[in-house]
Amino acid sequence: MIDKIFFNFTRFSALLILVIVAWIFVVLFNHSLEAMNAFGLDFITKDEWAPNLDKFGAQAAILGSVISTFLAMLLAVPIAIGVAIFLSEIAHDKVKSFFGVSVELLAAIPSVIYGMWGLFYFVPIIRDIFGGMGIGLLAAGIVLAIMILPFMAAVTRDAMNTTPDILKESAYALGGTQWDVIKDVIIPYAKAGIIGSLILALGRAIGETMAVTFVMGNVHHVPGSILDPTTSIPVTLANEFTEADSSLYFSSLFGLALTLLIMSFVVIAIAKFYFLRKARRA
Amino acid sequence: MTAVQKRIMVNRIALGFSTLSAVIALAFLFWILGVLVMKGMSALNWNIFIFEGAPPGYIESGLKHALVGQLILVGLATGIGVPLGILAGTYLSEYGKNSRLAHTIRDISDIMMSAPSIVIGAFVYAVIVMPMGHFSAWAGAIALAIIMIPIILRTTDDMLQLVPGTLREAAFALGAPKYKVIKDVVYRGAKAGILTGVLLGIARVGGETAPLLFTSFNDNFFTTDLNAAMPSLTVTIFNYAISPYEDWQQLGWAAAFILSMFILGLNILGRIILFAGKKGK
Repeated sequence: MIDKIFFNFTRFSALLILVIVAWIFVVLFNHSLEAMNAFGLDFITKDEWAPNLDKFGAQAAILGSVISTFLAMLLAVPIAIGVAIFLSEIAHDKVKSFFGVSVELLAAIPSVIYGMWGLFYFVPIIRDIFGGMGIGLLAAGIVLAIMILPFMAAVTRDAMNTTPDILKESAYALGGTQWDVIKDVIIPYAKAGIIGSLILALGRAIGETMAVTFVMGNVHHVPGSILDPTTSIPVTLANEFTEADSSLYFSSLFGLALTLLIMSFVVIAIAKFYFLRKARRA
Repeated sequence: MTAVQKRIMVNRIALGFSTLSAVIALAFLFWILGVLVMKGMSALNWNIFIFEGAPPGYIESGLKHALVGQLILVGLATGIGVPLGILAGTYLSEYGKNSRLAHTIRDISDIMMSAPSIVIGAFVYAVIVMPMGHFSAWAGAIALAIIMIPIILRTTDDMLQLVPGTLREAAFALGAPKYKVIKDVVYRGAKAGILTGVLLGIARVGGETAPLLFTSFNDNFFTTDLNAAMPSLTVTIFNYAISPYEDWQQLGWAAAFILSMFILGLNILGRIILFAGKKGK
């Protein structure tokens, strides 16, 4: 009897996850129907976002998300791989554990703090170097890069560490230098895992709100250069959700949320089910 | 240059670059930490814990409202998310095992772990805030709980699977029903791991801002009313940091410092427990 109750409790909790996820999709879809009916494909291909005219085109926000994430990846990937190599192959044991733990702890620092730091300390630097306002895509990309760096480095290191020692030792025995071993043994062996980790970090970066809200500017225009202020999907949501006054406005914001959810779901699913699963099987 | 010398050179350059990138990364991250500690420490004083929010310019302004609100929100989220997460993890490890359903749940939950938290906020807004007609602490706590469940589920599932099957069989052989085996044998064996998972889950949602923006919203005054907007440290940091007032910005740094120490503390505690648990065996 108690056995049955306990079993049903656990099963209910487990199924609840599926229910919540499905529910999220249904709710976001239903609420964005009005905007989809009103604008159709224009919703993602036009960049006119004019609440006073009840016209909503999310192109600037979508592009802003994609470009800022792309910039962040461009900056963070080489450094993260370097850090991962350093952590798994170069550093001595003591340095390794200290450095490794601090990277993991830094990954835990709330993103709102990265954003605040970016606003007060990094934006002025960009302003001094490049002129203009300082806030914009470049600032967002850099702050985002710094924010995902610890996570990215930690998971990439874990992927590299799966290389069996015996493989590395055989390569050393053949007279390989450390770099030969990294380039010809570790990277080929852990390739799927490394790519999967990087894409997983990308999935996180797309949906990141607080680190970029401070430094993006929330201007609904497709920017002419990476120094111009623009917006991204999460930034728009964070700034405008509580201000929306018409039902079409609301519906458009839900449409943005759905777009973002689908984008990150697809990216994360590719990372998890294609690359990381392949890595585990290898 | 001989081929060997060339390879040694390339090796030096490549390793140099990798060490350099580690130094660059560490420099940036310590820069952020340094700013946080310097700014936070200089803004810390007793007033912060005594007074609630006030309009800019008041000396008697503090963060009591946000600190208490944060504890209430995270506490409620923990109360909702931890039992559900542990039970769901128990189902996966003890009942579902390798069934198709269990794998589907694991996969979906793994994706949810990295899904954008602001979208969860929008979802909770639609299903709780809109029907109720106002922001509430409950809505914020539920949004945080939804983020927390996949984390707890994953660690519980992993940790329970580490408990050796022979222990379960021994308990079954004594005639214990399954729930008793799980409660008294499996949970006991995985205690340290589950506790670590819970602490890391709390640390993770404790730093979330985005899902709170339009669920628990914010309030500059002290409140314990769960049916009204509830201030939180994270949203307060956001609002104070983007405000043009210097004293609010100062308070924002103090809040950022307190929050980071809280979250780093939980992370370190979690690691210590896991480490001690491993050593004990």
